[in-house]
Amino acid sequence: MELYELTCHELKEKLDRKEVSCQEITQSFLKRIDQVEEQLKAFVTVTADLALQQAEQYDAGDAVPGLGGIPYGLKDIICTRGVRTTASSKMLENYVPFYDAMVAARLAEHKGILLGKLNLDEFAMGSSTEQSAFYPTRNPWDLERVPGGSSGGSAAAVAAGEVAYSLGSDTGGSIRQPAAFCGVVGLKPTYGRVSRWGVMSYASSFDQVGVISRDVRDCALVLNAIAGHDPRDSTSVNQPVPDYTSFLTSDIKGLKIAYPREYFQQGVDSEIRQLIMNALKHFEQLGAIVEEVSLPHSEYALPAYYLIAPAEASANLARYDGVRYGLRDLQAENVVAMFSRSRAAGFGPEVKRRIMLGTYALSSGYYDAYYLKALKVRRLIADDFTRVFADYDLVVAPTTPTVAFKIGEQTDDLLTLYMNDILTVPINMAGLPGMSLPCGFVNGMPVGMQIVGKPFDEGTIFKAAYAFEQSTDYHKARPTLGVNK
Amino acid sequence: MDREFETVVGLEVHVELKTATKIFCSCSTAFGAEPNTQVCPVCSGFPGALPVLNRQAVEYAIRTGLALNCEIAEVCKFDRKNYFYPDLPNAYQISQYDQPICRNGYLDINVDGQHKRVGIIRAHLEEDAGKLVHQGSITTTPYSLVNLNRCGVPLLEIVSEPDMRSGAEARAYLEKLRSICLFAGVSDCKMEEGSLRCDANVSVRPKGSTKLGTRVEIKNLNSFRSLEKAIEYEARRQIEALEDGEELIQETRTWDEEKQVTRSMRSKEEAHDYRYFPDPDLPPLHIDGEWVERVKSSLPEMPDQAQQRLSNTYGLSDYDAAWLTSTPETLNFFDQAVQCFPDAKAVSNWMMGDFSRLLNQHNMEITDSKVTPQYLADMLRLIEKGTISGKMAKEVFEEIFFTGKSPEDIIKEKGMEQISDQETLQKIIDEVVASNPKVVEDYKNGKEKAFGFFVGQVMKATRGQANPALVNSILKERLMRE
Amino acid sequence: MAISVKQVEQVAYLARLELTEPEKQLFAEQLSSILDYANKLNELDTEQVEPLNHILPIYNVFREDIVQPSPPREDILSNAPLVEDGQYKVPRII
Repeated sequence: MELYELTCHELKEKLDRKEVSCQEITQSFLKRIDQVEEQLKAFVTVTADLALQQAEQYDAGDAVPGLGGIPYGLKDIICTRGVRTTASSKMLENYVPFYDAMVAARLAEHKGILLGKLNLDEFAMGSSTEQSAFYPTRNPWDLERVPGGSSGGSAAAVAAGEVAYSLGSDTGGSIRQPAAFCGVVGLKPTYGRVSRWGVMSYASSFDQVGVISRDVRDCALVLNAIAGHDPRDSTSVNQPVPDYTSFLTSDIKGLKIAYPREYFQQGVDSEIRQLIMNALKHFEQLGAIVEEVSLPHSEYALPAYYLIAPAEASANLARYDGVRYGLRDLQAENVVAMFSRSRAAGFGPEVKRRIMLGTYALSSGYYDAYYLKALKVRRLIADDFTRVFADYDLVVAPTTPTVAFKIGEQTDDLLTLYMNDILTVPINMAGLPGMSLPCGFVNGMPVGMQIVGKPFDEGTIFKAAYAFEQSTDYHKARPTLGVNK
Repeated sequence: MDREFETVVGLEVHVELKTATKIFCSCSTAFGAEPNTQVCPVCSGFPGALPVLNRQAVEYAIRTGLALNCEIAEVCKFDRKNYFYPDLPNAYQISQYDQPICRNGYLDINVDGQHKRVGIIRAHLEEDAGKLVHQGSITTTPYSLVNLNRCGVPLLEIVSEPDMRSGAEARAYLEKLRSICLFAGVSDCKMEEGSLRCDANVSVRPKGSTKLGTRVEIKNLNSFRSLEKAIEYEARRQIEALEDGEELIQETRTWDEEKQVTRSMRSKEEAHDYRYFPDPDLPPLHIDGEWVERVKSSLPEMPDQAQQRLSNTYGLSDYDAAWLTSTPETLNFFDQAVQCFPDAKAVSNWMMGDFSRLLNQHNMEITDSKVTPQYLADMLRLIEKGTISGKMAKEVFEEIFFTGKSPEDIIKEKGMEQISDQETLQKIIDEVVASNPKVVEDYKNGKEKAFGFFVGQVMKATRGQANPALVNSILKERLMRE
Repeated sequence: MAISVKQVEQVAYLARLELTEPEKQLFAEQLSSILDYANKLNELDTEQVEPLNHILPIYNVFREDIVQPSPPREDILSNAPLVEDGQYKVPRII
């Protein structure tokens, strides 16, 4: 087996036993990137030199616990000091931050090896990575298909073995959905669990940085590293961070799992529904109690999301005005023209659409009918979950309504594209933690099961996910990429 | 003309809170730094930056609200006010829209002996924007330069009820507001540095009417004087227009200090749609009774209380008491001086007279000068004793002001002791009278000026140091013997 | 509920986005269809429901009033398109 095929914990073991050096590991991953990146296009920027430098330093210094020496990638919406960060947008094509996001600094402290910045839908707005201003990323399981989005690059790179793990961001499903499409583990933590400092905001009350990894143990290791309070983020919560690996027992006897009937309706592929039902039976066999529940306001989550998120985005993206950084139309003769033309040139169509939508929803005369209304509906959705979690430990559902679709298949059909988020958005509305993990295949394409927990109870999610994973083989499957291509 | 109309004025005042750091980040708020050297990703709107609220700014806001007799909100939040301008890096200003931190207050003013209570609708926290520098005027400059040092400095916006009826009342309101903020210790309130800013809303209406007329906002008021003049001008302009049958438009006008007129700001009069919504990056504020109590009990004596105390204790006039309580430093100086020399009227006369004149001339604050309350008291004692005349004291005072030496030292050094020795004076007077027989004749013939001549001669001979009261009495008695 | 091209123009101005004529037309259609979908929310009676502004039950998050050194000016200006005298240079306001 190649080093790039191993999980973080397997690599860690080898490093600790001095069976391999960090440089050897790094070179294996860089070789893999050479092998497949041209087809995959998961990266915006590959930092090969920096990575080798870091690897050399690591080998020369003292071994570091945690994620030391493990190669990783960061979604290109996470600011990295001195390394170009573009949000996959022309607006920031040449932007080089002079500060690190909190999560980037944490992984650097751990002496991880940064292999590069990963592709996304521009400014995290999209479900397929086709909205990247540079190029779409492809699904390692089928290069004609999308990897999902907006953290498509982050998921594809992990699935293809270009990085051992990655960080993405999830606002309406942008970690869980691509993780499901690419057959890897994707975790969106509870809102407030991980600091948003240095992560370019899309929708402030939904955005969370999360983990994409090959298996559940890796996910726990990475969450250990990045979770915690940050005084620079007023929405980051001051709650102790447990050792998430301590939840990786296989004992889930008596665990109460609910599955909401609204997530198993016609809009979801029947084969996918079947796979999740199989998974639920599996949970029962492992000793869990599984029961059907109702989350009656589920169908209203998506329309509410597509009012609130764009509204916040319209304000969050207003800072991109060409004055202090980013693209500027230098010919503009006055400031209004400068703003309007710089932004027109810098933003792609989906970003423009959402800014327009959000601006409209907040504008005078429409605020009550749209934005305020959506905030009220948000409370109803959150309350649905609160009610269910009074009696259950976890909620399980499919992550996506379909498997990965073909590139170009949905780009003209806006509402269909938005429907990809229908099963993930409610979790962001309620600020809950949610994980997608592989639970089978349909026509050779991966399917993800979504496990949702109570606020700050990622531990129970890990417990159930690990139990499922260790009693199945889905996490061992690998795409046959780079062979015969 | 004006008898038919009354002027209605409301003021919007921005007070810069004197926190050491900005409202949402830890950059310094110190005045006068090099451009863009007190700026960080938060206050200059970089990607991924997030605001964190300065507790001291909230504390100052509560303090001010209590000093203005406001209700302090139990719960309040921050909202984003969205608009594009180069000095606003996020393209939104974090402010408070429908849940301001303070509400329903008032302050009392006194104009020409008339007391009036002016209502305060609300006071809310918000962040300041940066500064734009143009080449020439904003309409002719080919480009502008943006300095973000000021971005994020905490402001408290205080909105009054439209209770004022003249430029004088508006001025009194602003002066009182300034005093209150100085006593509460929340701001430096220097209009020339921009830590106190004021816009006026002016309308007119027929006397007796309760409906408000068309409101005009006036900006660019940079001094108390401009405020008063601008309001008077604008009121007259509106009345004349109405009397000519013209219709007034609701607009923003700027005060032209040079021409002493208000001018319409012909820039695009677009109605701003600020699209306010709650800022998702900032959790709300819960201000409990305990916090409010703590702040309340830490407030010092406020201007009105102090004024009352001065009037009651020392019998000072309203005018004098108001002057002495305009800043805490002035009041403190007075209180200390009166401790050492208990003639409040004498102390206040000197403070309001020569001391004030010198401070204004040299653009100094009372605490900048070298005059101490002790020195003033000592000097007053020397006058009382007769060691120096009132006239000489003026010279002595100036010396104290510039050198910081004690009055005793100055008098000694300059040999300025007043001559009050009867014998010495008698001798000099005898000499002067003897040398001027013609003037003696004039005096005997009833020419009053003759007396003044002799006094002048005595003063000349004594280099002004003769005790004037003694000179008068000895001279009179001497001349009677002629 | 259809959005007119005129409304699109007004919103585009508020958002400082210069749109081409075809874009205005396309957005008018697309925004209309999204808002139609969003009108689904009117099926719910939310009269008695409080809007959910903040998902976390936290409040009073503060920072103490202690000065931290600001980043050097070169960093602040490092990505600026146009600079003069240590300040960002922009074209005329009007």
